[in-house]
Amino acid sequence: MDAGVVSYGAYVPKYRIAPTEIGSVWGADGAAMGQGLYIVQKSVPSPDEDTITISTEALRQALQRGRIDPQSIGALYVGSESHPYAVKPTATIVAQAVGATPHLTAADFEFACKAGTAAIQTCLGLVGARMIDLGVAIGTDTSQGAPGDALEYSASAGGAAFVIGRTGVIARIHHTVSYTTDTPDFWRREGQRYPSHSGRFTGEPAYFKHVTECAHHLMEVAKTTPASYQHVVFHQPNGKFPQRVGKQLGFTDDQMRYGLVTPFIGNTYSGAALIGLANVLDHADPGERILMVGYGSGAGSDAFDIETTPELKRFDRALGPSVESHLHGGTFLNYAVYAKFRGKIHMGGT
Amino acid sequence: MREVAVLGTGMTRFGELWDRSFREIGIEAGLQALVDAKLSSKDLSALYLGSMASGPLLDQEHIAPLILDYAGLAGRHLPAIRIEGGGASGALALHQGYLAVASGQYDYVVVGGAEKLTDVPDTTGNQIASASADHEWEVVFGATLPALWALIARRHMHQYGTTPEQLAQVAVHAHAMGAKNPLAHYRNRLTVAQVLGASRVAEPLGMFDCAPLSDGAAAVVLGPLSEAKRHTDTPIRIAASSVATDTMALQHRRDPTVLESTRVAAQNAFRAARLTPSDVQVAEIHDGYTISALVALEDLGFVEKGQAGPAFERGEFTGRGRLMMNPSGGLKAQGRPFGAVGVAQVVEIVRQLRGAAGDRQVPNVRVGLTHDVGGTGATSVVHLLERGEP
Amino acid sequence: MSIARFWRATPQRYNLGASKCTVCQQVYFPPRTVCPNCTHHRESIGKMQPLQLSGDGEVISYTIVHDAAEGFEMQVPYVLALVRTDEGPVLTGAVVDVSPSEVTIGLRVRATFRKLREEGKAGVIHYGYKFAPRETAPAPGAPPTG
Repeated sequence: MDAGVVSYGAYVPKYRIAPTEIGSVWGADGAAMGQGLYIVQKSVPSPDEDTITISTEALRQALQRGRIDPQSIGALYVGSESHPYAVKPTATIVAQAVGATPHLTAADFEFACKAGTAAIQTCLGLVGARMIDLGVAIGTDTSQGAPGDALEYSASAGGAAFVIGRTGVIARIHHTVSYTTDTPDFWRREGQRYPSHSGRFTGEPAYFKHVTECAHHLMEVAKTTPASYQHVVFHQPNGKFPQRVGKQLGFTDDQMRYGLVTPFIGNTYSGAALIGLANVLDHADPGERILMVGYGSGAGSDAFDIETTPELKRFDRALGPSVESHLHGGTFLNYAVYAKFRGKIHMGGT
Repeated sequence: MREVAVLGTGMTRFGELWDRSFREIGIEAGLQALVDAKLSSKDLSALYLGSMASGPLLDQEHIAPLILDYAGLAGRHLPAIRIEGGGASGALALHQGYLAVASGQYDYVVVGGAEKLTDVPDTTGNQIASASADHEWEVVFGATLPALWALIARRHMHQYGTTPEQLAQVAVHAHAMGAKNPLAHYRNRLTVAQVLGASRVAEPLGMFDCAPLSDGAAAVVLGPLSEAKRHTDTPIRIAASSVATDTMALQHRRDPTVLESTRVAAQNAFRAARLTPSDVQVAEIHDGYTISALVALEDLGFVEKGQAGPAFERGEFTGRGRLMMNPSGGLKAQGRPFGAVGVAQVVEIVRQLRGAAGDRQVPNVRVGLTHDVGGTGATSVVHLLERGEP
Repeated sequence: MSIARFWRATPQRYNLGASKCTVCQQVYFPPRTVCPNCTHHRESIGKMQPLQLSGDGEVISYTIVHDAAEGFEMQVPYVLALVRTDEGPVLTGAVVDVSPSEVTIGLRVRATFRKLREEGKAGVIHYGYKFAPRETAPAPGAPPTG
């Protein structure tokens, strides 16, 4: 494939909450919970932020960093499980807000946490088939865990946007494969406010099986081994799962150093693997190889064999804020304000 | 053009008039003014009624004939016209009534202003107040009317060193005067500490920096000055009636601390009346927010730009100088029923010039000024009133 | 606000679409069809060109709002500012991601894209510009500070 990443941007809301604060409300040992999940803190969107605003910020950064004319975008897809509208596309609003309308195709994707990587694959197809010159794939969520549920310690907000094209490629995508089955590990029925999950069933038969099978398949196709890669990025619902799956596959901590961001911002669902990839690209040198494996419940994995190009030298990463600037600092909230921000307080009236 | 005089005044109490309807208060003020002018309804030529928001407040537009009807005058089929200009609606109605009499088209007109704010929840009342700012480019982005005046206040503090204490003095003075006014919404005294300690609305403005939402109505009868002696021993001549406008949104002003509309309206009024600010002994000035009064004192020409705060603190507008500001208590203490405000200001000045202002009478007054503002100054209206020579 | 009324101004509320008088070079936001500077000469009629503001600017006045405008209730107290953009026009907008005590006249800000209000739980969501402090982004590769 001659296509790949032309530019990228990531955005994480400024607010944070710590597991100890959440635990203190529910009478749980938040510190132990945080350690068990390897979640130091998670991001919280402000009341005026949602998947549309986060996607827009991430894409605006990508366009600025790549000095890309928004009118040259031929396709725009936003992957999320927290689209603000059930019916009415996120993608049209984002496209309008970055000045990409009207001559482009746009749609919303949903595949739990891998809707963003699915969007990248779709863009690769369109770009590779020369139907368009530039495609935008965004993965963003403002995910919610039910109050008191284990998910509440990790579910957070953030997103990343990737511009896919054939010229000016900073990270070529050599191969991508997927692994898809019907596995009901996590879902949200129409009209339900919070998602449901099947507890430990989300582990071995779901996340671990799909990620490892998909990674193996990709390395087979690409004729690579874990040692071929300088960096690896997994979907990261918490800090522990990707560490464990990495070990199982034979990757070292060093290869995962930049790809693991969830411990500091929480699980951004559709944004999780993509923000990890953005952080890798913030740090990578030309000629470095990256393995990314996304995962979405329900279930499926998308794996990508990526290599940075000499174009990266000419690319001005400093034109946009680094992912690292989002990993540290932030403004910490107590649970009461967090609950207000996330609409968990019943306000009365209509 | 004929000389025009105010022949009679009428005004309801301002405040929370829970048991009284819009129609009732409108009629009360109008009939009082007619009686005061020793006119009977058969002498009347027209009604001009200032109201800012009867639609959003009462689901009732078309209110000018409604008030005439309930005053028992439907059978006379008089022209009745409602005027809207945000918080300056009443003053604009007066301008129209003045022009009608001055032109010779009508001889005797009633100019009224009325608003009923307690028939909606406070949040609705505040939203309606904010509708006099630019809805599409200010309010939608988080502005409220007090927030916009707070932006003026912060900038005034930045440019001229105006202090929160100086702003507070405006409210303290308003309540000191309101305490002497039986028609005022608030008759309690305030201290600077109370004003500064009140809950914040839009910093640096707190609750006591902001005029209330009130019910109330006021009316005056206008007629030719030449006929005035038949109606009153103390006719009050309208020496000038001046309206000026500016950009709708505060953001489009060259200097947000200047109300150009007020400057222009005042300059035109003083020129027309062949008077200067130093000729004025008593003024009813728009003090919807404490900063509004300080900015107005500067832009009307009573004090150099930026110097209103220290001058106010020295008492120059509260008894120790040539000018007494807002003997009625102003919008802050007498109350703010939007459309009634501009007319009530004239009622107060007329009563002052007649020497009929009771406990709050300012001694030796000959010339008075009224100043009303819509929104953040997209409209300003200035009237100069003078004791008519017989 | 009605859907059509909001939708009509989308280019301005989303993308800071302004206009520039090609006679006197003055920039206006929201865009104007006639230049207030040149009006009496009528020179500007038909000579106003569209221009997009960069979104960068400086706070020239601000207030901390406690009695919220409709749609802003959840963010009380919030900062509302007059922002003079680098191109000239002054915009009224909220400043987000900042503690009210950190706002000063002269603060550099950049336009950001946020929700402005919702027409109830079932209605449309209105988006538009707010401002955020313009921070110098740490260079990628810089060591973590925390």
